[in-house]
Amino acid sequence: MTTLETPMNSTTTRPSMEATAADRKRAKRRHSIRRGSIYVLACIIALWILLPIWLIGTMAFSTPEDVRDYPKQFAPIPASTETMDFFLNTDGIQRAARNSIVVAIITLILSTLLAIPAGYAIARYLFPGRDAIRLGILSVRAFPIVVLAVPLAITFIKWDMYDKVYSLALMHTALTLPTTILVVASVFAGVPYELEEAARIFGCTPAKAFWKVVLPLAMPGIAAAAILTFVLSWNEVFAAILLTLTNRTLPAQILYTLDKSGDPFKFAGGFFMLIPSLIFIFFIRRYLFNMYGQLNK
Amino acid sequence: MAEIMVEKAVKRFGKFVAVDEVNLTVNDREFVVLLGPSGCGKTTLLRAIAGLGMLDEGRVMIGNRDVTYLSPKDRNISMVFQNYAIFPHMKVYDNIAFGLKMRKTAKEVVEERVQNAAKLLHIENMLDRYPGAMSGGQRQRVAVARAIAVESEVLLMDEPLSNLDALLRLEMRAELKSLLARLKATTIYVTHDQIEALSMGDRIAVMKQGQILQFDNPTRVYDIPANQFVGSFIGNPPMNFLRGQVQRENGAIKVNIGDFHLSPPAEMNEPLRAYESKSIFVGIRAENMETLASPAPDALAVTVEVVEPLGSQNLLTIRIGEDILKVSTHPDFKVHAHETVYIRFPPAKIRWMDRDTGQAIAPSLDKVLA
Repeated sequence: MTTLETPMNSTTTRPSMEATAADRKRAKRRHSIRRGSIYVLACIIALWILLPIWLIGTMAFSTPEDVRDYPKQFAPIPASTETMDFFLNTDGIQRAARNSIVVAIITLILSTLLAIPAGYAIARYLFPGRDAIRLGILSVRAFPIVVLAVPLAITFIKWDMYDKVYSLALMHTALTLPTTILVVASVFAGVPYELEEAARIFGCTPAKAFWKVVLPLAMPGIAAAAILTFVLSWNEVFAAILLTLTNRTLPAQILYTLDKSGDPFKFAGGFFMLIPSLIFIFFIRRYLFNMYGQLNK
Repeated sequence: MAEIMVEKAVKRFGKFVAVDEVNLTVNDREFVVLLGPSGCGKTTLLRAIAGLGMLDEGRVMIGNRDVTYLSPKDRNISMVFQNYAIFPHMKVYDNIAFGLKMRKTAKEVVEERVQNAAKLLHIENMLDRYPGAMSGGQRQRVAVARAIAVESEVLLMDEPLSNLDALLRLEMRAELKSLLARLKATTIYVTHDQIEALSMGDRIAVMKQGQILQFDNPTRVYDIPANQFVGSFIGNPPMNFLRGQVQRENGAIKVNIGDFHLSPPAEMNEPLRAYESKSIFVGIRAENMETLASPAPDALAVTVEVVEPLGSQNLLTIRIGEDILKVSTHPDFKVHAHETVYIRFPPAKIRWMDRDTGQAIAPSLDKVLA
């Protein structure tokens, strides 16, 4: 408020009482309009994202008859797990879900373990070729995997790694690593270097300072990066289709059966795929802001 | 015994020379302040002693041990950082205990030392808190407690008070001084605040552009600055510098400010002779001049331009030729702007300085750089 008032008073050369009051009123109005429009915009964006989620969620918990019905009801009353049951008991879905979870967990572990030293080095050290390495990491993402499809498949078959859960996990690790490294690097960059120096003054080797001070402080961010990695792997479908045949992951399985199945199956599948992302968002909100009260600065 | 010795220390950042062949010896249990404007290399020097930045040349000795290439943890030092640098993920207790635990101190000793340090800094009732829930002043106390808990022989402090607000800084300054006097640590304290330096240090090393200009006790740094920079950096208002012409009159050296003659003390005759018929700086502090309301034979008549009543003194601004002179007078000395007053310059209080080099002219160098 004050920032709005100051320039205005200076423009009216000799402000009488009435003029200032009117000005203040106008400033207040302008301020509330601005605030209001931000809220309206935020609401539109939120609805844009939330409405489809709401639709999928409600449909997943309606009876298959209601799903096929038109117009759709706003909320599934009474809620029914019939559609979800149908989806989960479809042949191959549970196996695919299990595969997805295993692949995502292996990817999470490998990717995070590799990203921690890499991210730390990028965040802290000015080593020769740092920028090149940074760019190299990013360029993995820029390279379309479609181009690699045939050579990859051939190589995996040759090395007897085709259609294995662990080999897909390795592929996912390669795909998620750039994102994970960059997120982890920015997390490390946020930990003040002085804390590390203080740890070294008070008796730590550089490694111990990392373990005792930097890592605990970066943990919330690293956890967030790890869950993000999990979600990336969980959602990845191209490499999954490319490299597996019988050991399909969930998105690959759903995609495979999509054109053969009805609306209830699609909605239930969509909702099931959404769950990790939703957990990710809720988890991250609480974890990031509430770890140690107010984190450094 | 922890004497700190820095020999011919050089530290460069690219082409910039941050520390330029510095020699510094700090006696056991002495409190030395490194004072200088920002960018003068004082923090770089401190970090080199701490082991946080390797020197390019020279050595650092702590207690007759060459520590130049040792890592910080092997130097038996502790440090207070400018931004506190206390660990936000540890409670206050664990912060203070950190150094002791790293040194594998026995549990009972840790407990006792943490309690002692906390008591000394009046934070004994906050040991269970996280630093995030504390004010800047309290965090500073935690940082100091952590540094003294390890009871190392050397304590390094990098502008520890500069992040506090003015009132708190004043309070902490006195508290810190009395606290450090009780410790047996050799202390190096970095600051850009000349009042902090004067009030706390046993000796002050005034730095500029990577070099130590003067290393002496506070009184001498204040009263007999080794050069113009030290005189103008220390003191508020800074030391006055008037242009004076050196002349010989009947065999005696005189320094003329306009038509006014100053007679330097006898021991200055010899060194000033070299400046005959040249111009030098006459340096004098604002409180060292006598202001008279009526004319006197040895007083210079001047017109007051500005009078600033500051409570404990009245500060007069006077123009002499092209030079500005600040004179502080007793608050009871009634004078208004544009009135004439008479100023007496006690010769013993004058510092004579070379105009080109800024160095003090003195009978012998060791009198200045004791």
